[in-house]
Amino acid sequence: MNSRSQLDQTFAALADPTRRAILARLAQGEAPVQELAKPFSISQPAISRHLAVLEKAGLISRGQDAQRRPRRLEARALGEATAWLESFRAYWEGNYARLDTLLEEMQAADKKPRKRTNS
Amino acid sequence: MIETGVLKIGAQGDKEIVYTRGFAAPRGLVFEAHTKPELVQRWLGVRAGWTLPVCEIDLRVGGKYRFVWKNEARGIEMGMGGEYVKIITPELISCTERFDQAWYPGDCLVTQEFFEEGERTLLKVTLGYENAAARDGVLASPMESGLAESYDELARILEAHAS
Repeated sequence: MNSRSQLDQTFAALADPTRRAILARLAQGEAPVQELAKPFSISQPAISRHLAVLEKAGLISRGQDAQRRPRRLEARALGEATAWLESFRAYWEGNYARLDTLLEEMQAADKKPRKRTNS
Repeated sequence: MIETGVLKIGAQGDKEIVYTRGFAAPRGLVFEAHTKPELVQRWLGVRAGWTLPVCEIDLRVGGKYRFVWKNEARGIEMGMGGEYVKIITPELISCTERFDQAWYPGDCLVTQEFFEEGERTLLKVTLGYENAAARDGVLASPMESGLAESYDELARILEAHAS
């Protein structure tokens, strides 16, 4: 398991959509910085900063090739960090889907208060 | 325009977890659905196999609430409760929260804010833990917790990651 500060960094790293997109790209295989920067309309230094955050969080590492310095995904760390998020998300999405249904019923009942039945 | 149907989750500072969710309903109704027991029993944690037979809400500052979920088929139950700290109807509810089998130290301070825009409502929930260690302990998916035991999906995910 991650250490405490590591986990904190991991969670913060995952909160950013650009960084999640970078991880999604790396899930398909390692890639050098230039290639990772391509899909985004932000500068390469900005991408490098995102990569530094991901690296510090233990989610990515650098490949052996010193010239290209490709980044690759650390899948195990990502799995640990997202386990809680996924379960939490599933639980609350279920709750709020039921709440959506209830709110629809309440709004329908508000419009026709005298036609409510006990069905 | 408030986006409905999407749950957004993030960390805030080193002690908090924050999530938001938009609803296609006026704020008064969303607030009601969070504070009237007979309505809360319709949606909160009542997934397959689970009911919320104990749902007591004394909605006033210093008032207490108590929820107990039961799974008859598996013969297990899970309880939690706390005390209301701040209430602004229909804008904000702040309360302490503690599970009977808590897996983190201290209470969690739960603040639910309801923002209205047109006929839509944005709910923002802030979970404030006692310290960074408690918050991170929650994020680390506790395998021994009562909560984990109770939530089937959670247990499955944890088992997958433990191997």
